[in-house]
Amino acid sequence: MKVERRFGKGKVGRVFLIAAVLLLAAAFLLPSLLTLADSFFDSQEIRDSYGLIFEEEHYVTRLVELKFLPERLNLTQYSELLRAKPDYFMKLWNSVVLVVPIVLFQMAVASLAAYGFARWRSRSRELVFFVYIILMLMPYQVTLVPNYLVAHWTGILDTRWAVWLPAVASPFSVYLLTKNMRRISSSYVEAAKLDGAGEWKIFFRIFLPMSRSILWSVLILVFIDYWNMVEQPLILLQDTSLHPLSVYLGSINKNEIGVAFAAATLYMIPPLLLFLTRQKELIAGIVSYGGLKG
Amino acid sequence: MKYKRRDNLTGTAFLLPSSMGVLVFFLLPFGVVMYYSVVNGPKNSNFVFLDNYRQLFKNPAFLLAAKNTAIFSTAAVALGVVLSLVLALLVESRLPFRGFFRTVFLSPLMVPVISVVLVTRVAFDFNGAVNSWLGVLGLGGVDWLNTGYSRWIVMAMFLWKNLGYNMILFIAALNNVPNEVLESAQVDGAGYFRRFFQIKLRYLSPAILFVGIITLLNSFRIFREVYLLSGQYPYSALYTLQHFMNNTFKMLDYQKLSSAAIVMSAVITAILALLFWLESRFRKDVEG
Repeated sequence: MKVERRFGKGKVGRVFLIAAVLLLAAAFLLPSLLTLADSFFDSQEIRDSYGLIFEEEHYVTRLVELKFLPERLNLTQYSELLRAKPDYFMKLWNSVVLVVPIVLFQMAVASLAAYGFARWRSRSRELVFFVYIILMLMPYQVTLVPNYLVAHWTGILDTRWAVWLPAVASPFSVYLLTKNMRRISSSYVEAAKLDGAGEWKIFFRIFLPMSRSILWSVLILVFIDYWNMVEQPLILLQDTSLHPLSVYLGSINKNEIGVAFAAATLYMIPPLLLFLTRQKELIAGIVSYGGLKG
Repeated sequence: MKYKRRDNLTGTAFLLPSSMGVLVFFLLPFGVVMYYSVVNGPKNSNFVFLDNYRQLFKNPAFLLAAKNTAIFSTAAVALGVVLSLVLALLVESRLPFRGFFRTVFLSPLMVPVISVVLVTRVAFDFNGAVNSWLGVLGLGGVDWLNTGYSRWIVMAMFLWKNLGYNMILFIAALNNVPNEVLESAQVDGAGYFRRFFQIKLRYLSPAILFVGIITLLNSFRIFREVYLLSGQYPYSALYTLQHFMNNTFKMLDYQKLSSAAIVMSAVITAILALLFWLESRFRKDVEG
């Protein structure tokens, strides 16, 4: 017998359902689409539309011509960004330099640790793993204090190392990878051992390839988290010339709002590309994070 | 026996880079944070026991931040759980292009916060788009980001970003509800909604708690949106614990910082312990 697991059986109900979901979907897409659309304003339109924003404290009674969508596609903001705003590229470069090493090294360190947690289990290791879980659940408001102290003592405060090092040691990806590596059957290990494979070989030839999709998922989640980072640079990098674009765009002034939209659009491209090409892996990773105790 | 010990050493070697990092950047300094929280200065350290904590609980900025964070997180968890469950049910209903809609609802997770913030600023600024449209109707003149509305605007940004992630967790849980149970209920004549409330909801309860935990943790990160939207000193309803911490870092007040960090970690640990305990009870109820 077929069980009815989905609702929306009747015809009228179904029309309403589809309408509601379409409306919701439009609302979910709107902010990203507006960012994209607003990056194509020409400079006159920008002045007309946004000239008053970020300018005066009092309400302007004169009605301004406010538009969200440009009349036609116009690349003025992008060429302006390329020509006259080296700052934006510096900050974009800062983002890349901060985030890429964090993602790569965190994944390297974490997959080693996950292998350690998954292959050898003992009471003391379970305890250590539990500490990792607690740390993973602590918000920045708590963990940034110890991070700051260490950076201060070692004199790396105000350098990129202050952001890199604690992030590489972050326990989130260890948790996710361990949970998945523990599902790998020990018969693979035994077979490999019979063939005389050492631990390195088992790690590289069996565990890493079998964790391929979860590695993608970790990469995406870690990447977007640091691509958005605000707290760490604010506290660990007093030198604003090192700040990433994610922080810098928050402090732009009225004259640059158009260029900022162009920069924000460029900033969306890498995470959205990752998302669209690796969505299946991302979803698998999110699901396996659910049910925290593995 | 000897073989086993060597095995154990290899295992530890794999853990070493990560656990050294955790030890150096989190655990050891956290011990120092605890120490700082009970002395009266980093240099001439006299033991003052709870004095720093007493000071903290008299600090109006801390109290405001704690109150705002508590209000925001509670509302965020309630709305985040309910709305994402609804979203999951919608996407799992008899709908064409389910995969496409799932992608759409998950996509905000991958949109940089700053892009949304720019759009929000242009829309809700005092001289922004929303007021200008309302002005046509003779309304408007609301300073959205500097009034009580700001909380709801930030909440909308939070939900927009996080609902898709929660939805994925709920979809997975919905697909795990055993068919036999639903089948026998259907034979007994229970309609969709009765089956949902009497059966599915029970099987979903561990997932509901887990999504609640995730949403709570994510709600502590709303500082990003708030800071990019309105800077270091936002409208008072938006002043969160992370603002308080940032401003205390600027003053290098280690005592205040440390006691605040300890209080927060204690409160969070207590709440999470309770939630996880409930989750495991519900899980046993479902599985056992």
